[in-house]
Amino acid sequence: MLRFLLRSLLLGALVCLTVLIASFILSRASGNLAINIAGPEASPEAIAKIEHQLGLDRPLPVQFLDWAGRAAHGDLGDSFLFHEKVSSLISTHFPITFRLGMLAIGIAIVVALPLGITAALWEGTALDIAIGSVALLGQAVPGFWLGLILIIWFGIDLQWLPIAGVATWQGYVLPAIVLSFVAIPVMLRLTRSGMVDAMRADYVRTARAKGLSRGSIVLKHAFRNAAMPVVAVSAVQLGFILGGSVVVEVVFNIHGIGYLAWESIGKGDFPVVQAVVLLFALIFVGLTMLSELMGALLDPRVRGH
Amino acid sequence: MSWTRRLPLLIGGFIVTLAVLIAIFGPLLAPHDPFTQDLGHRFTPPAWLPGGSSLHPFGTDQLGRDYLSRLLLGVRISLEIGLTTVVLSGLIGTSLGVIGGYFGGWIDSVVLFIISCRLAIPLILVALTVVFLVGSSLTVVMLTIGLLLWERFAVVARSATRQVITLDYVAAAWCAGCSRLRVILGEVLPNIVHHLIVVATIDMAIAILLAAALSFLGLGVPPPMPSLGLMIAEAKDYMFFTPWVIEIPGIVLCVLAFGINLFGDGLRDALGADRGR
Repeated sequence: MLRFLLRSLLLGALVCLTVLIASFILSRASGNLAINIAGPEASPEAIAKIEHQLGLDRPLPVQFLDWAGRAAHGDLGDSFLFHEKVSSLISTHFPITFRLGMLAIGIAIVVALPLGITAALWEGTALDIAIGSVALLGQAVPGFWLGLILIIWFGIDLQWLPIAGVATWQGYVLPAIVLSFVAIPVMLRLTRSGMVDAMRADYVRTARAKGLSRGSIVLKHAFRNAAMPVVAVSAVQLGFILGGSVVVEVVFNIHGIGYLAWESIGKGDFPVVQAVVLLFALIFVGLTMLSELMGALLDPRVRGH
Repeated sequence: MSWTRRLPLLIGGFIVTLAVLIAIFGPLLAPHDPFTQDLGHRFTPPAWLPGGSSLHPFGTDQLGRDYLSRLLLGVRISLEIGLTTVVLSGLIGTSLGVIGGYFGGWIDSVVLFIISCRLAIPLILVALTVVFLVGSSLTVVMLTIGLLLWERFAVVARSATRQVITLDYVAAAWCAGCSRLRVILGEVLPNIVHHLIVVATIDMAIAILLAAALSFLGLGVPPPMPSLGLMIAEAKDYMFFTPWVIEIPGIVLCVLAFGINLFGDGLRDALGADRGR
């Protein structure tokens, strides 16, 4: 177990480092950072001055090592445009996205588990096919469009929920619903296939032979086993949800980390973009490890090793 | 196979065929030029709403351009994006996956590592950054998505290859003295291709939706090209007064992605392939 943990820690660190280098190279690949800041009409001297101020005139490896060294100490540099520390920008924006992501994964679990179980219990029937089609349709809906439609329906026509911002908790509801669509199809399918396998397993047959009620068989025996991979995968799905928050935050004008990144990309503010990419990579690696760990802890067959 | 199980393949196949026909013949069917503006006739409602006319069956947009003509071209652009990206990502992902699965050992570890790195990259942020840096055009969008969206191909090709190389006919090919390349191209690839086709349909739908999202965020296919995502983005300022301006292109996008997914699902059942993740 310890070896397994150390191995995935090392691998995760390597993955983050690679992503970091790649994002750094990408952001410096275009030589126009200083022009972006100075504006298109700036004189060559002004541009050179900005380049010097920001250290952009040094060789790339030097810039990278400098940045990575500071980042390791928690100093992610200053935003080119906001004149604020990147770390403080991130710490003000991230909690919003995190709350949104947690709510979305919660909705996804609440929707996907019962639907998946239902589809499995009525496997091969019209109900099963209908639920499968709903999952496919959920996969086909573009998030930004769904957001706009929900704004029209629930925000304008019914006036139930706010259409932008997260000043109150109600503001989180619509964007979280949209984000939950990222995870629902995958979790639904996984629940269904897990339940189908579980219901055919020997221990369920034994439970039936003992004369247990159908409800007890489904919930206590089959579901417990089918739920393990779903729980494990929900951590990875949370990573995808957070990564997909950009679009939803722009639609609902929520100033979370995705919105910050989108704004920064559009203005060429690369210290912020790099930091956000690094943050997402860290989160993804962390959640993947968490998912493997949960899978191992929940499954006694794996736990022993 | 019962007809209910064949239904996804039939409906999905119908939608995909229709989309392909629109992509090929759409410009011939279009009642108007998709780029001609007519500011005197902005926001003509579609024919089924009050005030609509059969002259513009799907209405006109904020610049008076015929919506149907733009939608027809939009479907073509979406399919173009979907096909190009899938070919590119399929080449990258399949090569990586087959190499990892075939050779195993440290080569496989490297492949797994590359896949992990790709998964750790926030797809949409990196795509936005690339398009911002390089400048938005249809080609840039297709290349960017194609270069990023290969991980499912790699994962599926790798696991399918690992299964195939344990089978007798691969051993027979080795015994017959076939070269590695010959075994990979002649024995492995033909026997994993049905998995890859299913992955291709999933990724194609994802690529189309991703391109639409990029357009929506302002870093996708540039105007005045009528990509479906851009049509929604341009019309969203008017959606409170005329909701159909975003409803129509959104529904077209949904049906297209749904049809491709359904087709893939039907193919998977018919071919007995895995779905990947």
